[in-house]
Amino acid sequence: MTKSSSQPYRIKGAGTLSRARTVQFTFDGKSYEGLEGDTLASALLANGVHLMGRSFKYHRPRGVMSAGVEEPSALMNITRDNARTNPNVRASVQELYDGMKAESQNRFPSLSFDVGAVNSLLSPAFVAGFYYKTFKWPAKAWDKLYEPFIRRAAGLGESPTEEDPDRYSNRFAHCDVLIIGGGAAGLMAAKTAAAKKQSVIICDENPKMGGWLLADSDVRIDGKSGAQWAADTVAELQAMDNVRVLTRTTGFGYFQQNMVALNERVTDHLSRPDPDLPRERMWQVRAKKVVIAQGSIERHMVFSGNDRPGVVLAGAAQMWLNQHGVAVGHTVGVYAACDTGYAAAFDLYEAGVNVAAIIDHRAEVSEDLLDQAKTHGIEVHTNANITSTSGRLRINGMTVETSNGETKEFEVDALLMAGGWTPSLHLSSQSRAKPAWDEATQRFLPGVSPQDCVNIGGCNGLDDLDAVFAEAIKAVGGKKTKIEITDDVSTAGGAIGIVGPEEHKGKAFVDFQNDVTAKDIKLAVREGMHSIEHVKRYTTNGMATDQGKLSNMHGLAIAAKLLGKSIPEVGLTTFRAPYTPTTFGSFVGHDRGSLFDPNRKTPIHDWAVEQGATFEPVSLWQRAWYFPKGDEDMHSAVDRECQTVRKAAGVFDASTLGKIEVVGPDAAAFMDKMYTNGWSKLKAGRAKYGIMCREDGFIYDDGVVGKLSDTRFHVTTTTGGAPRVLNHMEDYLQTEFPDMQVWLTSTTEQWATIAVQGPKAREIIEPLVSGANISDEKFPHMSVIECKVCGVPARLFRISFTGELGFEINVPAGYGRAVWEAVWDRAEPMGACAYGTEAMHVLRAEKGYIIVGQDTDGTVTPHDADLSWAVAKSKPDYVGKRGLQRPDLVADGRRQLVGLKTKDPNKVLEEGAQIVRDPEQAIPMKMIGFVTSSYWSGTLGQSIAMAVVEDGFNMMGKSLYVPMPDETIEVEVTGTVFYDPKGEKLNG
Amino acid sequence: MLLIHCPYCEDDRPELEFSHAGQAHIVRPTDMDGLSDEEFEAMFFIRDNPKGIILERWRHSMGCGRFLNAVRHTVTDKFLKTYKAGQPRPTDKDIEDLLK
Amino acid sequence: MADSITAERREIVAGFKFANNAVSIEAAPAASRTNLRATTAGAKSFGKSISLELPTIMHETASKAGRHALKLGPDEWLLIDTKNINDSMVPRLANKNFSAVDISHRNCAFVISGAGAANTLNTACPRDLSLAAFPVGTCSRTLFGKAEVVLYRTAKDTFRLECWRTFATYVRDYLMDGAKDAHI
Repeated sequence: MTKSSSQPYRIKGAGTLSRARTVQFTFDGKSYEGLEGDTLASALLANGVHLMGRSFKYHRPRGVMSAGVEEPSALMNITRDNARTNPNVRASVQELYDGMKAESQNRFPSLSFDVGAVNSLLSPAFVAGFYYKTFKWPAKAWDKLYEPFIRRAAGLGESPTEEDPDRYSNRFAHCDVLIIGGGAAGLMAAKTAAAKKQSVIICDENPKMGGWLLADSDVRIDGKSGAQWAADTVAELQAMDNVRVLTRTTGFGYFQQNMVALNERVTDHLSRPDPDLPRERMWQVRAKKVVIAQGSIERHMVFSGNDRPGVVLAGAAQMWLNQHGVAVGHTVGVYAACDTGYAAAFDLYEAGVNVAAIIDHRAEVSEDLLDQAKTHGIEVHTNANITSTSGRLRINGMTVETSNGETKEFEVDALLMAGGWTPSLHLSSQSRAKPAWDEATQRFLPGVSPQDCVNIGGCNGLDDLDAVFAEAIKAVGGKKTKIEITDDVSTAGGAIGIVGPEEHKGKAFVDFQNDVTAKDIKLAVREGMHSIEHVKRYTTNGMATDQGKLSNMHGLAIAAKLLGKSIPEVGLTTFRAPYTPTTFGSFVGHDRGSLFDPNRKTPIHDWAVEQGATFEPVSLWQRAWYFPKGDEDMHSAVDRECQTVRKAAGVFDASTLGKIEVVGPDAAAFMDKMYTNGWSKLKAGRAKYGIMCREDGFIYDDGVVGKLSDTRFHVTTTTGGAPRVLNHMEDYLQTEFPDMQVWLTSTTEQWATIAVQGPKAREIIEPLVSGANISDEKFPHMSVIECKVCGVPARLFRISFTGELGFEINVPAGYGRAVWEAVWDRAEPMGACAYGTEAMHVLRAEKGYIIVGQDTDGTVTPHDADLSWAVAKSKPDYVGKRGLQRPDLVADGRRQLVGLKTKDPNKVLEEGAQIVRDPEQAIPMKMIGFVTSSYWSGTLGQSIAMAVVEDGFNMMGKSLYVPMPDETIEVEVTGTVFYDPKGEKLNG
Repeated sequence: MLLIHCPYCEDDRPELEFSHAGQAHIVRPTDMDGLSDEEFEAMFFIRDNPKGIILERWRHSMGCGRFLNAVRHTVTDKFLKTYKAGQPRPTDKDIEDLLK
Repeated sequence: MADSITAERREIVAGFKFANNAVSIEAAPAASRTNLRATTAGAKSFGKSISLELPTIMHETASKAGRHALKLGPDEWLLIDTKNINDSMVPRLANKNFSAVDISHRNCAFVISGAGAANTLNTACPRDLSLAAFPVGTCSRTLFGKAEVVLYRTAKDTFRLECWRTFATYVRDYLMDGAKDAHI
């Protein structure tokens, strides 16, 4: 194709694009040339391509209809690579870039010959409610027949097959005035607010601001063309510090208290995007005042054959001509119910396009327009209607019924529809304003919003530029200024619903994307759908990706007429965010991969990595799970770690334990309230196991607490429980005991905690400790002391979660790695090992130490857990005391924590497995409890488990059964302490 | 996202900084032992779920850390008033005035 | 013997530096920190002990000789000493009207500066960081993504961000991601 023959519909001298800046692209594999500044649709039209897609249900050939986001038909797949395949891109707004690859959708094998078009012949079957009527029975047909059919038929376009490699970002922003829409109204409001030194954000979904001014050739503002005035105003705004101008940015959601979400498309228009730039950016704007200047959307006319390629909105034809320099055809017809159709016709005429005729649905038309048409020699039929169109892949003719009932045929290669303008109420409605019906102009206008927002311009039902400017200035509290304006076309008036002869032969489309015709709406009403929400769902009118921007008003008018109700009585369907389809990527923003969640690592983490540890996630933490040596599997590594701890010693990273410092003269009194046992009498330098209950008496958390002095406690919590325990304590302190002189500080991350456990523990750490005598005599089990370890300040606990002689060294986190290594340097030569969380679990289970959240589930009391010894009997009050006296909690037969030994010692139970008394009973069996913890104990050479079992304490020695899918396992009920029941190992 | 006025910070703050903390003005009796089972049930388990005005607690957990009370309308989600923990419950008349 | 071994202090993101045409992000050097919870009288007497009059108005700060006091809550101050980094500000003796807890190692800090500093923070911080709403010398606990942070504006285009140690790599990576489009 030579340059001269390319773009045959590009009109010399028309539009604002430079002829010199050409862009190459492909559509369905064929190469085309367009211009920089084109949309994909305008570039295809420049090349005479109208056929751009197939409809969803009937696979009818479709062309582009609009020049905006309301586009129902020209939806494309735009592909950069396998990961960047975007379905359902509207060709009407997608900016062209060099090398673009566009593909049509919903057709096989090709766009011009589509097998699915057979659906069109079967269309009598595909009526409203087709799915509900057809896919009913038999139930068996669902799996094999109906669902596969629906799945194949459903949806347009194809999803990318690889993970999205693009970046998406987010920005929170605040401003005095947010203006949504950069047309005449929005720009004037921005200019006025900016001059008042307010902070302003103005956004527009298009690459260029100006809105309708870019399409209207007649407007003059202060002597400039509309487009020039818009460009100058934008330049002025961009130069101001207090203004942010966001193009390619859609205000898509309006939330509470003037929070508006904007979606900015940063790189979708670029041939080779900078990989550092986000593809899209989400703006979460909080504005003191919101000015909605969304404009209005032109309606199509509902008549038979209104969906052929080449049938377009009049305003779109005007935009393509005056912005892109493209004519929609050589000979066009116009079907108008609004004056703007004439403006489009005259512009095309002046650009050298034949106008076959203007068919005006209205009987009364202004003399001025008729005179202008006469001057141009354009035939006008008023009080006339188009009854049908012809042409297979593109319109080639229209049939008109004139006012006196005559039929006239015209040859056309494009047809413009001017059905009038629908104010965009999307964001206004989302702000919770109820749309208000305006009887005089037959349209819904924005109602009063409970938020500080105002609608101006086209979306507020204004039809003339003078009024638009005055309203824009007033909206932001500006002073009236004199502006010279020429604007002779009004957007008032129009038609809603079916026009012309009532019974059409062919299909008169209301919703193009979902193939809903006027007949479908009527059928839905006849079949009993009397609410507009039901009509919508029954017919799927307005449920496609365009969300009924063109179709809703027509559907409503048709339904209202048949129901014999007024339009406001029937009412609009609800407007919901997003205004236009918005990518998941922009909602996700930064929060993916390593930024999805904080990944918390202890100061000793890297050491464990170097040792080849395997990790497990515990809440947001990564914890060393076990340290395999050589080709050890988990089972043998854990076995070795456990037995090494029992025989020599083990070193364990317990830094994730939650820690809270409780300080103040009332510290002990506060602890007495929060924990079930007593703290006032505990001596400084001693530590104690504490249970925290909720008010209902159930275990909430547990941990060892060290009393550093009479006014300072070092509290530990479970790893996952730290934040909620602190919140729970703060809650009581602030709201129930506000007079107590005690304060809380989270110190979880201040301390690295190194547990050294096993017979050789003291020998390992003793030389590293200064300022403390840690002999058994001076520093017995359950002691705490502030001293130095490796020369740094430390809190040393004599404590055990293994049942062995044990210490926990707390040092400031920054020293954690160094102190750990010093401990390890001594431990390793003595035959000790590093052990992970799995060995820790086994070791504690051998001793019957519970883990809150594993052995308890929020319905277990301290008594149920056999921890009555840790519940004070004489304390006047603590949280949970009254709850523990509730009838259900003191009743017999509660589920109680017991040990289980399998009859076959090699059989390890599954955690969560249910327990029954009699395995022979009929199904469903009565379940009397379940397994909470279960491990292989290498030390004992048998499997061990803990479980909650009804009346468990009275069942010691009895046999119970654990039914599994392939067998029933017999278990014996035991105490929970399997190893060293007398606790002799702790002391030594 | 809501804006919530923190009576301690004396400023409107984004909802993300707050966490909800249940119904307000439920007093933990000083004599818990003296509560009958029915009284305990009413105090601990039974909560209002009105369509309309609710008095509830929030914590400015990612801000000043304080628990506060709020009068919120459950239909509009609007916060009519926030006030410090420990301040008296607004009277019906106060709430009526807030709704005006 | 043990006293002679002095373990090395490791900061989690020590030496981290990043800059582009809009913003520079650096890990702040190690510091000494104290969480002070106190009554009004307690705050006054504690302030005397460290020769720094503590701010009494919410979100205000006071600085002297490398020491900074940030008023985060009605009874809560974050004290940062950037000079005497190994000295605890916690007094040996208990006091009845305040609680001082050493949190030197709990937190770490980033300094975010440049024309795009506020934009970078607003990637994941929902607060209005305009000078009018968050003037120089102001501090506040808030949120950055899923991390609790304290922001302290030390100059028109400079913020100090304090976060917990294990959130530092998350905050660092998030800041760098946000910095990529801070200029636009």
